[in-house]
Amino acid sequence: MSVGLEHYLVLSAVLFCIGLYGVLAKRNAVVILMCIEIMLNAVNIALVAFSRYVVPMFLTGQIFAIFVIVVAAAEAAVGIAIIIAIYRSRQSVDVDKFDLMKW
Amino acid sequence: MFDIVFWILAAVTVGAALAVVILRDVFRAALSLVLLFLAIAAIYITLYADFLAVVQVLIYVGAISILIIVAVMLTREVWRGNPSGKLRIPALVVSVLLLGTMVFTVISTKWETSGEPPLQPTTAAIGSSLFGGGFILPVEITAVLLLAAVLGAIVLIREK
Repeated sequence: MSVGLEHYLVLSAVLFCIGLYGVLAKRNAVVILMCIEIMLNAVNIALVAFSRYVVPMFLTGQIFAIFVIVVAAAEAAVGIAIIIAIYRSRQSVDVDKFDLMKW
Repeated sequence: MFDIVFWILAAVTVGAALAVVILRDVFRAALSLVLLFLAIAAIYITLYADFLAVVQVLIYVGAISILIIVAVMLTREVWRGNPSGKLRIPALVVSVLLLGTMVFTVISTKWETSGEPPLQPTTAAIGSSLFGGGFILPVEITAVLLLAAVLGAIVLIREK
């Protein structure tokens, strides 16, 4: 069976679930941010694969992927700024200790 | 030939993603994240998305990974490493269940794929549809979003 749309979608699902596990299980906030980037990249693979195999003459999926990349860049900048600001006040990046918004 | 390339890239991507989650040293996890980004750029090339591959290398490998490595260095806790929290087992269960559901759905769905050859090169076509094909409003909103993100990052990280 030659490589087709399903293979890319399964690869994307595997990457997304690895990222989801990291986001839910890890305690280091920077690692959680890295896992969010993995999830966004997995979604991009699915978008580009749909664009390639379902509507190859239109580039709608690739344009969506470009917007996802832009939002991911903005998210990474603001997220790392938040993490460093909390690290300054708490001297920690352990999300178990981030209870600033808890009553 | 194409199949072999895809399987190699898939193995590298999944291995690098697992390394990000498993490795105990946060800095090594960040480096394997860079490898993951590069492998995903190669996957875009196998999907005939040449412009996206270049964008991936420029933005992810060039900018976001530098940002993440700087954050790792600024907040380094060598004695902590990269531990898992209390939610490790529930997170594993949720991820495996979601993976099973998605793989089952993908395999059991009959996808209507088109046999047409892909458009290439894509750069000019992406440019004309971004700036002249109905995507001009999202592009402008994206500019505002980036400005807000830059201002927000500066305000958050500023010394009091």
